[in-house]
Amino acid sequence: MTPLLALESNTGYVAGAYLVFLLLLLIYVAIMAARLQRIQRELRELGDLADRSRPGQDIGEVHEREERIESVREEARR
Amino acid sequence: MANALSFLTLRRLAVATVIVLAAGYSLAFFAAPEDADQGFIQKIFYLHVPLATVALLGFIVAAGWAILHLRTGDPRYDARSYVSIHISVIFGLAVLITGAIWAKGSWGVWWEWKEPTLVSFLIIFLLYATYYPLRYAIEDRDQQARYSSVFAITAGAFVPLNFLAVRLAQPLIHPRTFSSAGGLPDSMLWPFLVCLVGMAMLWTTLIWFELDAKAARGDLKRIRRALEATA
Repeated sequence: MTPLLALESNTGYVAGAYLVFLLLLLIYVAIMAARLQRIQRELRELGDLADRSRPGQDIGEVHEREERIESVREEARR
Repeated sequence: MANALSFLTLRRLAVATVIVLAAGYSLAFFAAPEDADQGFIQKIFYLHVPLATVALLGFIVAAGWAILHLRTGDPRYDARSYVSIHISVIFGLAVLITGAIWAKGSWGVWWEWKEPTLVSFLIIFLLYATYYPLRYAIEDRDQQARYSSVFAITAGAFVPLNFLAVRLAQPLIHPRTFSSAGGLPDSMLWPFLVCLVGMAMLWTTLIWFELDAKAARGDLKRIRRALEATA
């Protein structure tokens, strides 16, 4: 085996090792992204459930109140 | 301590992790010299060894959280212990695969059963692989957390003992990385240390991310129960 061929085959092993690590990270990120999508879908469902459980209230008013609560929470966190 | 760390958010940690890992691997590939004996394939060392070190330390950290869980009964410590083991098992899988690739390139074989370092790491990995069936075989939440903590402590104690046993054993072909004799030259040591710190930061980022996701799912379940009760 010539030194050039040896270097080439070694490069393949190094690239392979680093790609395996990247692949594992990507699989992990893809799984976490799928979970995030599920959380977002559940959040939407819960939003609908919350809207339905307060039929007498104006939706805009509810959102306004929720935004006020969120801003108070933000200030408290600071 | 809490105030000193209050500037640290998941986003900042993630950005810092990317910067440190990029710096570490840039140093490893462009600044560190090629190994005189192994040549270019030795660059796998900067990935394989930090992964193995962080995975093993992660198992010990998980045991620490498990001790805190048994002492306080706080389920948050159980969650931290579980997530630490989870991420360390993923790192462990990466260690086994990258190690096998390195072995094939250097020694001509994917695996060497007579080498204590390889076999001991495989034993630790398989031991922790049994954590999942043990945990999810128990339905009662409190019992599940308690038994899992006992497992995490016992297995966590096994990790340094195993490391020590391997050190005392006669090596066949696998080099000893943290030995006093024949250590790394500075030009290789610094890139390695930056990669090690970067890998530890990646482990911490993934733990934090996973714990936040777990907390969000828990909050959602609680809100759903409350809403369904009032609906």
